[in-house]
Amino acid sequence: MLETINWLPVWVTLKLATVTTLILLLIGTPIAWWLAQTKCWCKTLIEAAVSLPLVLPPTVLGFYLLILLGPQGPLGSVWDWLTGHHLAFTFTGLVIGSVIFSFPFVVQPLQNAFSALGSRPLEVAATLRASPIDRFLTVVLPLTRPGFLTATTLAFAHTVGEFGVVLMIGGSIPGKTQVLSVYIYEQVEMLEFQQAHLLAGGMLTFSFLILLILYTVNKRWYQ
Amino acid sequence: MIDSTTATRLPALTPQIQGRFQLALGQFNFDVNFQIPGRGITAIFGHSGSGKTTLLRCIAGLERATAGFLQINDHCWQDDSKGIFLATHQRSLGYVFQEASLFPHLTVKQNLEYGLRRTPLAQRKIALVEVIELLGISLLLSRRPDRLSGGERQRVAIARALLTSPQLLLMDEPLTALDDQSKAEILPYLEKLHEELAIPLLYVTHSQQELMRLADYMLLMNQGQLIGGGPLSEMLTRFDLPLSHAHEAGVVIEANFLTHDEEFHLTYLEFSGGQLSLPRQTLLPGPLVRVRIQARDVSLALENEIRSSILNVLAATIVEITEEPPGQWLIKLAVGEILLLARITAKSGHLLQLQPGMAVYARVKSLALL
Repeated sequence: MLETINWLPVWVTLKLATVTTLILLLIGTPIAWWLAQTKCWCKTLIEAAVSLPLVLPPTVLGFYLLILLGPQGPLGSVWDWLTGHHLAFTFTGLVIGSVIFSFPFVVQPLQNAFSALGSRPLEVAATLRASPIDRFLTVVLPLTRPGFLTATTLAFAHTVGEFGVVLMIGGSIPGKTQVLSVYIYEQVEMLEFQQAHLLAGGMLTFSFLILLILYTVNKRWYQ
Repeated sequence: MIDSTTATRLPALTPQIQGRFQLALGQFNFDVNFQIPGRGITAIFGHSGSGKTTLLRCIAGLERATAGFLQINDHCWQDDSKGIFLATHQRSLGYVFQEASLFPHLTVKQNLEYGLRRTPLAQRKIALVEVIELLGISLLLSRRPDRLSGGERQRVAIARALLTSPQLLLMDEPLTALDDQSKAEILPYLEKLHEELAIPLLYVTHSQQELMRLADYMLLMNQGQLIGGGPLSEMLTRFDLPLSHAHEAGVVIEANFLTHDEEFHLTYLEFSGGQLSLPRQTLLPGPLVRVRIQARDVSLALENEIRSSILNVLAATIVEITEEPPGQWLIKLAVGEILLLARITAKSGHLLQLQPGMAVYARVKSLALL
């Protein structure tokens, strides 16, 4: 039975979700930190922009991304000029799209965690001779661990579950941009119900397990 | 940024701390220019909202003054006119916050070691065992902060601050958030610090009790301005400052234990202006004690030969008289080098024809051991 499963889309999906999550944590952490600390007037503006992917239909986002990443688009043309490759319908393009699509899922939990932490623990650490980076590593990170766990899980799970954006900018090229959600859609269209059943069921179980682990661990940390 | 070791060194003066900070603070301008001794306990006293905490935060570098200058003994920590500003973590200071601020993810021992490990070996003057003993926290070391009482947490916070061997210790109302029992538990430790460590301590408080018990020197704040600074006894008796006009105005006298009188159940103390007796004390905090004498408990007589029930009579000279409130005289007295306040009715003052320079006898109805 296992042999009948097409593992290629699963592999592409996991790779996409892992790369996207790592990039999001790297970019999202400083932005969330800045948003939690700043008193800049532009804060609300940026918060609203970061949250856009939450409300926009994925097709709208995908449409703009397609224009942005396309050979004539601002990003696509620069990429073309730099590397000689296209961005649209490639794995790199998919990663860029996923990062933008899942951005609020990393920034919001982290920003909330940083705001809830407040400035006091950092001030205490500063009076105990800890430099800014030292403070971040030894005080902020351990005290906002639940926030990081939530951000990581949500970014990963949300990337695994995305459909509209990858359909618009991915092109469903097997082994490159064909992810699980799109593949299942295609199987259903071709009335390959058994394959769809297997993969959809697997995804359901996987998503449930991730959320179960998240809530269990978070509950233990908060106690 | 400038490393603390390369900070500008100024010619050695008598140990002292001086600073000036200006910044806009809500409705009023914060502008404080102060100079205090480089040892002992200096209380920063004033109403809430008077800028006490802001001053402390400026000294710690947690608040950035628009124009600031700060020199601790011969180290310059901040001089904005020369572009010198040491960040908080580069300043050799210990800070105890009002509420318990232990790191919740670390045990007591790890909390203590947090600052210690970040202090260069050459600068470490205070050992872990010493501090643990001084603050009586040896049994708490493996516990998490949430398993400690409020008083225990604050003792650990004080110990943690001490372990960076700071040149200056700052405490922001460390007892305010505690119940009376915890306050009573910590005060002796603060007095012990005062006696055993040579670190100057700046202590923010709005409690008269803590002021009287701990301070050697004080800065009086009001609406972001410093309205006076000086030795405690001077500040308590200055007529141009509000403290001497309060209902519970009085002075604090440091005295040595002399002897117990077992027959009459009395304890005798001695200070530079004479002797004082008070009900037999079973426990004295130390050889040096502080006694509080309130102005309303002191009456005056021109002769000492009156037969009276009052035991504590001190020969004094009138320094200054002011009428306040109407019908009452507030009189500043010198007993040797010690200052005393007396509050009597204006009528008595007139009848005795009291005036500055006169020799009188101060009759102390009651006094309180602090």
